[in-house]
Amino acid sequence: MTTQTPTSFAPASQQVLGVPAPVVQLVLLIVALFAFSFILWKRAAVLRLAGPDPRSDNIVERLKKLLVVGFGQSRQPRYLLAGVLHILIFFGFLILSLRSLTLLGEGFAADFHLPGFGGAFGELYATLKDYTALIVLTCCIVAALRRAAFKPARYHDRHARMSHHHEAYLILGLISLLMVADAVYEGSIMASLEIPLGAGLPLASFASVAVGGGSETLLLSLHVTSFWVHNVALLFFLCYLPLSKHFHVISALPNVFFLNLQPVGRVKPPRHDVENLDDLDQLGVGKLEDFTWKHILDFYSCTDCGRCTDHCPSYATGTPLSPRMISINCRDLAYESYPVLGKPVPQDKRPELVGKVVRDEELWACTTCGACEEACPVTIEYVDKIVDMRRFLVDEGRVPTSLQKPLAALEKHGNPYGKMARKRGDWVGKKDKAIDVEVLKKGGECDTLIFTDSCAAYDPRIVEISRNFAETLIESGDECGTLGKAEVDSGHEARRIGEEGLFETLRDQNLEALEEREFKRVVTCDPHAFNALNNGGYDLDKPVQHHTQRLAELIEAGKLKLNQLGDGRRYTFHDPCYLGRHNGEYEAPRQVLEALGVEYVEMERAKNRSFCCGGGSLYLFYEGESESRMGEKRLQMAEDAGAQVVVTACPFCLINLEDAVKTTGREGKIEVLDLAELVHSASANSGNERKEDEQVKSTGRKVDSEDGG
Amino acid sequence: MDIIVCVKRVPDTAELEVEIDRSGTGIEERDLAYGINEWDNFAIEAALALKEEHGGKVTAVTIGGEDDEEVLRRALAMGADEALHLMDSAFDGSDAQGIATILHKAISARPFDLVLTGAVSSDRSSGQVGGMLAAMLGIPQVVLATDLKIENGKAVVAHEVEGGLERVVELDLPAMVSVQTGLNEPRYVSIRGIRKVSSMEIPVQGAGDLGLDAVAVGEAGAMVTVEELFLPPKGEGAEMLEGDDEEMVEQLVAKLREQGGL
Repeated sequence: MTTQTPTSFAPASQQVLGVPAPVVQLVLLIVALFAFSFILWKRAAVLRLAGPDPRSDNIVERLKKLLVVGFGQSRQPRYLLAGVLHILIFFGFLILSLRSLTLLGEGFAADFHLPGFGGAFGELYATLKDYTALIVLTCCIVAALRRAAFKPARYHDRHARMSHHHEAYLILGLISLLMVADAVYEGSIMASLEIPLGAGLPLASFASVAVGGGSETLLLSLHVTSFWVHNVALLFFLCYLPLSKHFHVISALPNVFFLNLQPVGRVKPPRHDVENLDDLDQLGVGKLEDFTWKHILDFYSCTDCGRCTDHCPSYATGTPLSPRMISINCRDLAYESYPVLGKPVPQDKRPELVGKVVRDEELWACTTCGACEEACPVTIEYVDKIVDMRRFLVDEGRVPTSLQKPLAALEKHGNPYGKMARKRGDWVGKKDKAIDVEVLKKGGECDTLIFTDSCAAYDPRIVEISRNFAETLIESGDECGTLGKAEVDSGHEARRIGEEGLFETLRDQNLEALEEREFKRVVTCDPHAFNALNNGGYDLDKPVQHHTQRLAELIEAGKLKLNQLGDGRRYTFHDPCYLGRHNGEYEAPRQVLEALGVEYVEMERAKNRSFCCGGGSLYLFYEGESESRMGEKRLQMAEDAGAQVVVTACPFCLINLEDAVKTTGREGKIEVLDLAELVHSASANSGNERKEDEQVKSTGRKVDSEDGG
Repeated sequence: MDIIVCVKRVPDTAELEVEIDRSGTGIEERDLAYGINEWDNFAIEAALALKEEHGGKVTAVTIGGEDDEEVLRRALAMGADEALHLMDSAFDGSDAQGIATILHKAISARPFDLVLTGAVSSDRSSGQVGGMLAAMLGIPQVVLATDLKIENGKAVVAHEVEGGLERVVELDLPAMVSVQTGLNEPRYVSIRGIRKVSSMEIPVQGAGDLGLDAVAVGEAGAMVTVEELFLPPKGEGAEMLEGDDEEMVEQLVAKLREQGGL
């Protein structure tokens, strides 16, 4: 307030139903603070019972994230309108919280102001606050209209069991009420004292004009009433937050502070406080309290914004999964199981967490691509939770039949296909087809150890890529070796399926084989193996590189020379989830493509927004319900971007996308290639005629098929 | 409801190229991986489901050497209460009747309401043991069961009969049922699950313990012996096309044209 209000007008000097205002204010404040603390205490009950999770390390990094992702709202602008509205309301909140405190203080003393807000700074703040209130009010109106009239699809989840829309409207209404009440509070006094209107106080001036014609008594009564409306609404708002989806107003910033600082591709251990799996009565998460406290805090922090689900490739293809609903349904379960009034509901009276609240089919429908986590503005984790619940299912024996066979094959043969372990090294070829990759025996040595993982060792289409990559390495001067039958599956997918014991067995077998051989680096064509070796508890003391990284490195070092590939076609790169999102490697493949001199176009869903091809390894076996295929959707995106060649860098992306080319009849229109094959066909290192022959042949075929189409 | 399930460990040959061994009557065992006979896995699941519904005890039985204990551990991990390992060098080389005789001795010595087996084992595929065992035990038997319930103290069994038909029959207990694959969805057995039962005692019984005359079983008692094991000779008229995909397609189209297929 810019002008001294006559004391007689001040709410603090009035009586409310015969009781002095400061007393009323004190009672209100005590009741509200008590209720708020009580509700928070009740909400914290599950957190106290939940599993441990050490998140107090690396405070500096956490504060940075808090500043950037929390206060900086860095993930909001991905959705421009909603994001900007939220940023404005968020900063409005921060600014107006001081005003709210002042108004609470004015309930006690007419001339109350926060320390330092008395003089010129107070004047300045009054203007800032008035503009802020105007902006926030506008944002609330736009947000409500947007919800009601335009109904953005992501607010209407097809798997929603209970609507939480009313909460959104109630909160928008409450915020608007706070803005309006304050405006009337100020406007009425301005009108009464005939303070000139001004651009300094637009909202208050507007209110002043609106109530302008009123009598002195009316203005006084408006002034006092709006004051109490504001303060009661504010205190109600405070207590309502932890009862609704707007708990995030309180929990989101702590949730961001405690975010996962581990590499994204690392799955959490089954329990942070138990090392040996056999010491656990039950593996994974079967009931609410089995989640870690941070995962419960995630549920509390979900704003129901639906960005996770909007980015989920599984949801987009009509599966039973919607990541958002995992948070919402688990929070509903938490609220119902630990009611604010009354005792906690015993386990046998609650719906089962895994099976009912989150159905088995939802859990199996996740490819663990991580798009949801990348999209979440408040850093909620999903993959770890889903893996934890799958661990429980695996422990209970509730594994879909279609996944049991490949799991059994992994156990018996070390690969999901049930192929003979003895033939794992056969990809290097025999006789005239042999390439110069040594299958290392115990004690064997090489520079570059190629870890194929199962797909690139057995799948005939992918074996070509392994061979192409190996040939390129050899031509660039790398001395290559591989483990052959001593290698087993990396266990990446077994772990994500929740079969932790099998993962450990496979990992230990590989570690033994690796320890018995000498090498300078490990390279792999498979991002899943790359992730497992880097983030899967292998803890190798040698660098592990994905083939894109090694190729980029060789090009930069001048060891690998490439012919320019300008063939008039437009190329795009499909980021494999476990190369990009889970390991942050977006640049290496793009550098290689640049070196190839191709005409390049980026898809809208590129880099950390990449759309999963449908998942790999065991996921190729999984038969779940869906309406369409992720690979087909992805191909459509490539076509929409105007690309004729989709380059990828993962065996499974290649398999899924090549399948999609066939199932959608796009042969001859769009081609899917692995970066390693592309590099191999353009390699200028060997300069032999074989290469040129191949290129001519491949181009010739393309022309043929185009004619045919 | 006490249920005894007969299980067998067999080589997993689905994706493997089987080689005949030097004797010409068996297969090369090097590089083979073993596991539970697929049919038997369904039999265990059926037993466990009945136990969960009606109470009682499930016992898994196998005949074989030390390595074969693996399938019993697996059954225990799935939820079987007990296991019985029938192991004796005298059992080696038994024919179906020999196996049935050994099982008969072991099973008749304990109480049971139901004996379950897989309809057939994937290695020998004789499908005889169940029938012989039921005859020796003097109890009714149904083969190729596709559904199994216990109602009013009787076994109600749906099973496959000729002509693609299914029939439902009712059996007095005790009874014997040989199950077909697909009658349920067997639960998964995790590595951790198997590790958890690794210290459980599994009693072992030999010919002497069973009161069996060693010459009545095994190679000595076998009335059926394997003469020769061989891969079927290549039939006439089959031809493998060679070349890359395009060449093979061209050849195929040419051949189809030639012989009036197109």
